Amino acid sequence: MAEQFDISDEMRAAVGVESDAWPVEFTSTGIRSFARGVGISDTVYYDVAAAHAAGYANLPAPPTYAGVPIFIPGLSDPVYGLPKRSNAPRLNHGLTNILDGGTEYLYDKVPVAGQTLITRSRIVDLEVKESKSLGKMLVVTSEATYSDEATNECYFRTRSQMIAY
Amino acid sequence: MMPNFAQVNVGDELPPVVKTPGRRELVLYAAGSGDFNPLHYDTEFPQAKAIGDNIVHGRMKFAVLGELVSNWLAHTGRIKTIACSYRGMDMQGATFTAKGSVVAKREQDGERLVDLEIYVENSSGARTTPGTATVALDH
Repeated sequence: MAEQFDISDEMRAAVGVESDAWPVEFTSTGIRSFARGVGISDTVYYDVAAAHAAGYANLPAPPTYAGVPIFIPGLSDPVYGLPKRSNAPRLNHGLTNILDGGTEYLYDKVPVAGQTLITRSRIVDLEVKESKSLGKMLVVTSEATYSDEATNECYFRTRSQMIAY
Repeated sequence: MMPNFAQVNVGDELPPVVKTPGRRELVLYAAGSGDFNPLHYDTEFPQAKAIGDNIVHGRMKFAVLGELVSNWLAHTGRIKTIACSYRGMDMQGATFTAKGSVVAKREQDGERLVDLEIYVENSSGARTTPGTATVALDH
């Protein structure tokens, strides 16, 4: 438990810096795997015929599914599979434990299997909070966009809070 | 039954979704989501030992809230926004229930919008994962 923690100038410099663009794939296998992992029983997320009958061009992404970032060893995080922010300053906060704080998805369109969207993210806020059980915590708020760059359409945006303690 | 804007009323409840994910289910979720944080499957991981057990991925509970709304919509509309906060941990092997209800309905920019309160409740009745959603109905 951290008793003292401050946001350094180096950490503040990471706020607002947009990450490199990174491709995120929505595949039939990926969508089925996510739906199975959540325990969804709606066949629209598994069966292409059921998806067509429901009005989709292919298997739709289940709500909150953000696809699979293309994994490149050395460029992707081995635990989360997300691209490392290679062009942005790193948050070297030194805190060892991580929890999710909250998540928001704002949809314009639902991706379907066969699409590749481009995501870009940035840290929008850093805040130090204190909890009785966890001590001093760093709350990192990030935003990301997921767009089809060929058509210049944004499919959805996310806003999430990560807690390091 | 598919929701119809004229027949949707404030206070209507969504059919609940009940889950009891053990480590096997959390590994399945890790494979589907790409989140392989050992906190969710490794009993020897220091953070899990400090907490006392492996915990359910917050994002899995978020996805179950998505499933709750998707089941109710039955593909007769679309989710515009969905959000939640992870206020409390749910342990692997414990039962939780995703619930929701209609809190408002409105027409805006030609869309039939319904606002929902959604949440994950543990077996003690505590809301570990409160959230909101707004959907646009086709009819």
